[in-house]
Order: sequence, then structure tokens, then C-alpha cells
Amino acid sequence: MSDATVDPRFRRKPPKRPLRLSWADERIRGIVWQVLVVGVIGSIIYWLWSNTVHNLEVRRIATGFGFLNREAGLPIAEHLIPYDPTDTYLRALTVGVLNTLKVAVVGIVLATILGTTIGIMRLSKNFLVSKIAGFYVEVIRDLPLLLQLLFWYTVMQGLPGPRQSMNPVEGVFLSNRGLLMPALQWEGAHTAAVLASVAGIVLAWLYGRSARAKQMADGQPRRIWPAAVALILGLPIAVWLALGAPWTISWPALRGFNFRGGMSISPEYAALLIGLVTYTAGFIAEVVRAGILSVNTGQWEAAQALGLRSGSVLRLIVLPQALRVIIPPMTSNYLNLTKNSSLAVAIGYQDIVSIANTTLNQTGQAIEGIAIIMAVYLTISLSISLFMNWYNARIALVER
Amino acid sequence: MVQFSRHSVFRMIGGALLASAMALPAAAQQAGSATLDAIRARGTLICGVNAGLAGFAQPDSQGVWRGFDVDYCRAVAVALFNDASKVRYVPTTAQNRFTALQSGEVDMLSRNTTLTLSRDTSLGFDFPAISFYDGQGFMVKTSLGVRTARELDGATICVQPGTTTEQNLTDWSRANRVRFTPVVIERLEDLVNAFVAGRCDAFTTDVSGLAATRAVQARPADYTILPDVISKEPLGPLVRHGDQRFSDLVRWIHFGLVAAEEFGITAANVQEAAASDARPEVQRMLGKNGDLGRMLGVDNVWLVNVLRATGNYGEMFDRSLTPIGIQRGPNALWTTPGGLQYAPPFR
Repeated sequence: MSDATVDPRFRRKPPKRPLRLSWADERIRGIVWQVLVVGVIGSIIYWLWSNTVHNLEVRRIATGFGFLNREAGLPIAEHLIPYDPTDTYLRALTVGVLNTLKVAVVGIVLATILGTTIGIMRLSKNFLVSKIAGFYVEVIRDLPLLLQLLFWYTVMQGLPGPRQSMNPVEGVFLSNRGLLMPALQWEGAHTAAVLASVAGIVLAWLYGRSARAKQMADGQPRRIWPAAVALILGLPIAVWLALGAPWTISWPALRGFNFRGGMSISPEYAALLIGLVTYTAGFIAEVVRAGILSVNTGQWEAAQALGLRSGSVLRLIVLPQALRVIIPPMTSNYLNLTKNSSLAVAIGYQDIVSIANTTLNQTGQAIEGIAIIMAVYLTISLSISLFMNWYNARIALVER
Repeated sequence: MVQFSRHSVFRMIGGALLASAMALPAAAQQAGSATLDAIRARGTLICGVNAGLAGFAQPDSQGVWRGFDVDYCRAVAVALFNDASKVRYVPTTAQNRFTALQSGEVDMLSRNTTLTLSRDTSLGFDFPAISFYDGQGFMVKTSLGVRTARELDGATICVQPGTTTEQNLTDWSRANRVRFTPVVIERLEDLVNAFVAGRCDAFTTDVSGLAATRAVQARPADYTILPDVISKEPLGPLVRHGDQRFSDLVRWIHFGLVAAEEFGITAANVQEAAASDARPEVQRMLGKNGDLGRMLGVDNVWLVNVLRATGNYGEMFDRSLTPIGIQRGPNALWTTPGGLQYAPPFR
């Protein structure tokens, strides 16, 4: 991996040979082929481009991205940022991107937790536990995702109407309009507290690192947790108290047709999230199982022989080795989950595909619309890949 | 790290380029009657229809497409080939219909599509005729006890994306200060299922579509169509802009159907009328005199063939739309009070 592994014999560059203008010269042949291939591809792209532009002109189809600043007029049920149909297409598309991220990010976290749990369950020595996990994996992996999404959406629609909604706990309502919960009235002090908690996490991490460095130096273990708790919990609470401790709860209540107030999880979002998480978890479970099995039994036995407890064996010996096998296929699963979220169209969750489709339908600019969808997915997918590759490189076996 | 061989990378790129090239076939790009030439060479008309809307376009139990919009496809096929079966139907959704026509995947759309200025211009289409005058309305469950659309403040409303319906709804809600939560599902069947399951309080689309949906429910009386009509929805077939010959043909087929009703010519009596009707305009229409058919680029007895296959406008309406409870209303002939269907002279 590093320079040290390179054989010193290959460090020296081969002697330069003058170019001979002949077919027999390997380098000339290489150049000719490359020019040819680039030329052919270039002309195909040029032909496609000019043909498209010509056709659009002939049919008087508008082109360009000017439509982004026009009023969208399309209603969107769920938005993380303020949105009104009078806003522009650009803002509507931004809402769509955020909706995609909302389901992808939460989905990746939940699928990882569920998938890892099931993967470990399948390795359990308990017959029932391992068979249940095996059954889950085999069933979930074998059914098409679209079918599962439609199934979950139908289940959601089977819930009672808002006026007969289930009310298991005070202030929590479950109906075919979604899950309604009491919510904190968000104010500036809360944002400040969240930021303080983020700062606390960073500080706690830095403190932990320096404590570990000291332990390495003098062998004395140090207690980290009191300072960490103070930083991660104490700091935000202090900030919140300093800003006047606002605490107003908004309770959902049935008014007219629907619930008002509180926070809600829509049936569309819930169906999509549950479908994506349970489906992807089936694949992640197998990845985790394979990763753990890839660690030689000798490693387990050696660790146990050292007297480590089973939790420590998993955390210190097995997982660091298993992760090297797990991370690359895990990246694929994260990418799949993100891309599969475009199936949201079928169950009416307004993600980027749904909103861009509507946009291209209303403006008639299909090429631009599809280009936007592609750019969004490419950006999200590349970001996931970059992050996972960085993480993979970090945990990779350091060879010397 | 996966390494692709150079060969396979190039093949992938090439495949992608070819796929995008095929979306815009060169055959459909010239002005003139490229569409007609392509249809004649192929021997069938490819007609984009609704994927399933009772009365307008729906396959029957034998898988044969039937309905008011389908009859327009059949009429065009008869005018060209004198054979109503020479049509391939392509079911389209509200969202993919325009791309299908733009890309040349279908020759024409006959699919409850509203004529608007932007669709006529920047989308690159022509609307040859208005086959059905419609308006947008709301349907609710009767048990909800709602009488007018104004009472829907705060309701959840089911709506199809990518339609004028969606935009009319937001315009109307803004003008009337009625707030609503949308549920936006692409496939009409899924949307109707969501409405029936109670996911939404109201379902909005063109009144004809509401009537068609209501008619196929197990208990139609459980649903009420509110009296409010919040928009004008002139529906009709549409073709690509720039192919005037084809556009003319579709336009005059519609006028022929309307004029035939006005003159009392039906599927049953058209043969007799072609032989013996003494009215000069009827003789020109049915090809006994003059060469109006040839001016359109089809057989001179085109309208006789069309009427034999589909009947006149009124017969088409009675066959497909009257059974699901749609009144003639503005779609009556101009000779009836309130009627808007009017055909220019056949001369």
C-alpha cells in the first residue's frame, strides 16, 4: 500500500527510447488507438447533442434551465424548509432533495442497526434466534422491494381514520393520516442547545484522545466519562437555561378533517422508511455475518486465551478485522438504499424523483428534468462513496 | 476496488449513448407528414391512451380496449387503413404521456389531456380538436357530510401529479383561502385506492373522471361529487407540433363525427345515406361528390368507413359515457341550448 512495499529495482525509470513513426512502435500504436477511440466517442456525443438540439428546435420545445425561477404551483405535503406553491421550481426541487436525504440518512442509520443485529442473531448458538434471523433474511431478500413498499403502504392505509384514531398514550395518535406526537415548540434557545451539544461532543472526543495518549505514555487508565457527560449533556443544558429555558409543548388535536399541532410522521414516509430499512437490513445482515465469519477462529481463541471477556473480544479483536471485510459491500448497500428511495413515486412520497417528474411534466423540459435527477443522485452517491472509502482507508490494515 | 476492462467501459458508454439516441428517432424529426408516412409504413397507428379510466379507455374482459378516447384512435385507423383493429394501444400515465409523444413512442395521444397555452407552445404539441368539454371537481365520501368544496378547509386531498388538476387545485386553494394537505400518487388506480381507503378526505380530478371512478366502485352511492367546478378542462387528442397533415386529419375526423350527428347519420344508416342522401353537404362529406377525402390525404369515402366503425359523436358518447352517468351538458351539439360541439362546413 505504501511506498515502502515497492521493490527498489522498479524505482529506477526505464531508459527513454526515441519515438519511431512506425506501426511497429508500441507507443505510436497506443497513441493512434487512443486518438481513434476518443475521436469516435467525441463524434458520437457531438452527433447526439446536435441531433437533440435540432429536434427540440424543430418541435419548438423550450430548452434551458430558465424554468427554475418560475412559480411552481405544485403542492408538496412534506417539507423540511418552508414551502408554498407560490415558490419557484428551484425551491420545490430543493424540498425534493431534502426529502430524499431525509429518508436516505435515517434509512441508512436504521438499516445498519437492524441489519447488524440480525446478522449477529444469525450467528447465535440459540437455535430459535438463529433460525428466526435466517428466515427473515431469506424472505426479505427474495421479495421485490416495490411489492414490499406497496404492502407497507396498504398496511398504513388499513389504519383507522382520524376520527377513530388509536390513542395509546396521551397526546399520541395513530391513524391513516400518520403518527402524531407532541412536539417541542422550537425556538432559538433550542438551536443554540443543539449546537452546544455538538460542540460538547467534539470537546469530549478531543479530551478522550488526549486521555488515551497520556495512558499510552504512563500506563495509567483515566476516567473519561464524568467529563464527557458534563460536556455533552451539561453544556447544552447550561446554554438552554442561560437563554431563559423555553419549554412549550405543542399537542396534536383533531380539528376539522385533520390533526393540527404536534409533529407527524406521514404514512407515505413511514411506509417508504420501513420498506427500505427492512429490505436493506436483510442484505446488511448477510454482510455482517460474512464479515464476522471471515475472522479466523484462531483469533477468537487467542483472545479468549488472553482472558478477555466476550464483549471485549468482539470489540477489540473481531470487529476491527471484520470491518475490513464489511465496509466495501456495506457501501454498496448504502448506495442501493439511497437509489431505491426513488421508488417513493409509487406510494406518493414526494422525493426528488417525484417532484422533478412533475416539474418536467408541467414545463415539458424532460432532458433538463432528468439531468437534475441524475445530478442529485450522482452527488449523493459520490458523497457516500467518498465518505465510506475514507473510512475504509482509515480502518484498513496498515502494512509496513 | 472493481476494475472494469476498457472494453466493457466503452461498451457501457456506447450502450448509454445509443439508448439516449433512440429516444429521439430521426424518422420523426422532419416537418411535413412524417407521422403519416411512418404510420403507413408500419401498417398500424400507435395511440397513447389512459392506462385505465372507465368510459374513456379501458381494456374489457377480453383485453380489447374500449371507450370514448379509444374510439378516436379507432377512427383515425379506419380513415387510414379502413380497419379499426390496426391500432396498437400504449397505456400512459399523467406523467409519462408527454414524453411518450415527444419522443415518437406514440403517434398521437387520445387521453383526457387539457388544452393549455403552454402545452400548445413550449411543449411542442398541437391540439387538433376538443373532443370533450370538462371541468375539475371534487368527490368526497357521502358520510363526510360535506356539501360544497369551500367546506374542505384543512382537508387532505388526493391528486394526480403532473396534471393541470394539481395546479388548478393550488390556484383555487389560494384564491379561496382553503388550506389542504396533498397526497400525490402517480398511478390513478393507486390514488383511487388511497382515497377509498380513507387516506384522503377528497379526491379531485375532471368531473368526467370522478364520474368514471364513482361508477366502478362497489357502492357508488357512498360517494358524492360536489357541485363546484373549479376550472375549464377542454380535453382532446393531441399530436406533435409541426406535422400539419396529420393534425388536419385528426381535426376533421372529430368534425366529421360531430357533423354526422348533426345530420342524423349513424353507423346503421351511413351506407344508405352515402348512396341516396340528397343534401349536398352530406354528399361531399361522404365522398359521393367532390374530393374532400383526397384533400386530407385519405380515401374519399373515409367518413363512411369511420362512421360504420365508431358511429357518430353522439353514438360514441351514448355507448361509453352515458352508462357511467355523464350527462351531455356542454358536449351537446351547438343546436341544443348550452351545447358547444360545433363542426365547420364540409366544403
